[in-house]
Amino acid sequence: MASLKFDNVYIKDYFTLVGPKEKESKLNNYDMSINDYYYKTKTFEMAEIKMQRVVIENLINNNNLADRNLDFLIGGDLINQISISSYCAKEFRIPFIGVYSACATFVEELILASNLIQSKNANNIICVTSSHNLTAERQFRYPTEYGNNKPNTATSTATSAVGAIITNEKHGLKITSGTVGKVIDLGINDVNNMGAVMAPACADTLNEHLNSVNLKPKDYDLILTGDLGCVGLDILKEYYENVYKERITNIMDAGCEIYLNSQEMYAGGSGPCCLPLVLFCKILKSKRYKKILLLGTGSLHSPVLVNQHQTIPSICHAISIEVIS
Amino acid sequence: MNKEEYKKLIAKKKPKETRAKNALISFVVGGTIGVSGELVSHLMMMSFGVSKATSYMLVCLILIFGASLLTALGKFDDWVKKGKCGLIVPTTGFAHSVTSAAMEYRKDGLITGLGANFFKLAGSVILYGIVSAFFLCLLKVVIYG
Repeated sequence: MASLKFDNVYIKDYFTLVGPKEKESKLNNYDMSINDYYYKTKTFEMAEIKMQRVVIENLINNNNLADRNLDFLIGGDLINQISISSYCAKEFRIPFIGVYSACATFVEELILASNLIQSKNANNIICVTSSHNLTAERQFRYPTEYGNNKPNTATSTATSAVGAIITNEKHGLKITSGTVGKVIDLGINDVNNMGAVMAPACADTLNEHLNSVNLKPKDYDLILTGDLGCVGLDILKEYYENVYKERITNIMDAGCEIYLNSQEMYAGGSGPCCLPLVLFCKILKSKRYKKILLLGTGSLHSPVLVNQHQTIPSICHAISIEVIS
Repeated sequence: MNKEEYKKLIAKKKPKETRAKNALISFVVGGTIGVSGELVSHLMMMSFGVSKATSYMLVCLILIFGASLLTALGKFDDWVKKGKCGLIVPTTGFAHSVTSAAMEYRKDGLITGLGANFFKLAGSVILYGIVSAFFLCLLKVVIYG
């Protein structure tokens, strides 16, 4: 399928909330931070729900909107049955769409929202996503207090919630096109090497997108991948050069860009918030890049199927944005 | 690129793990726990006149209590990062796995949460421990009568 083209879709505003480790990281332009993984609630899951809620409330208040001005709330997260987003959505009177594509969730939300606005079926949409290191640990790995040594290819889920308002009113950040990726499985079943799992899907979507919009990698000021991690980015570069006979140099990975080396986070950060966090708190604030291609990568595994020795399918969605002011 | 070629690429890009260093750290850390346990056991035998078997049991209890306490205080998992398997292989690792699971599922209720998941990580150790003990005993009886 060809890419989707958008000509009147803009990002009006965004809000970022970060956890304790992300606060100490390379990111410093976030809107809000929390020091406590419980965020004054009883469980980590409740904390994540509260994080999402606070992000949406801030977006609504900062833009003088009310629930009735918003046509849709699109939310997604990593926890069973995307329960965090659903439990958060019950606090608002906004029609809700829940989506899941693991760490590619935010880009999928943006594509969906852009399409709804482009087709004039909506004027204002909130996209929100969150991940919490300790809820994800429990969901996908071990109990949170269990000390487990990981290999250097592992990534660590970032604690954060990010939201954005997508609108048809003209603003400084324009969404120009998007490509929905295919599910790809190259036979990797190592949950401690997600970069290797997702790199082929990322390469496929990147190639598909570039062909479809008729551009070369260097036509973009920056290609920002989601959470391949430092190891995964390295794999992607070589894989892309090998398969599509083209070398990409203007590429950066959000997962690899979050943490400081001294934080000892193995190959970097992961989770659906990595990409929007690095984009909003770092890339856009640096004002160095105008045309940016975002590649949200997601590993679509479930602990049950991994235990049953199945290999891990992965996905990547692309969306291209332009800074116009 | 097919699956086999891709696997080769992944293997090439894998950062080196410092296995020798990790093993040495584990050896020293685990060894220190063992030696100090032995010292405490001898101390108890000399000072309180307890039997060898009792002193071993007490040392074991001290280690289990210590590991559980440190897990509850949130320190143990950070130490495992530094001490590697040296902290996991002794009985401290077993205590840690049980305590961390108990802490995790306590919020899901005493029966459906804590009770059901208490041995989530340690269950395999208990099950296969008992099974292999049974067969070893059987073997012992067959050989030595």
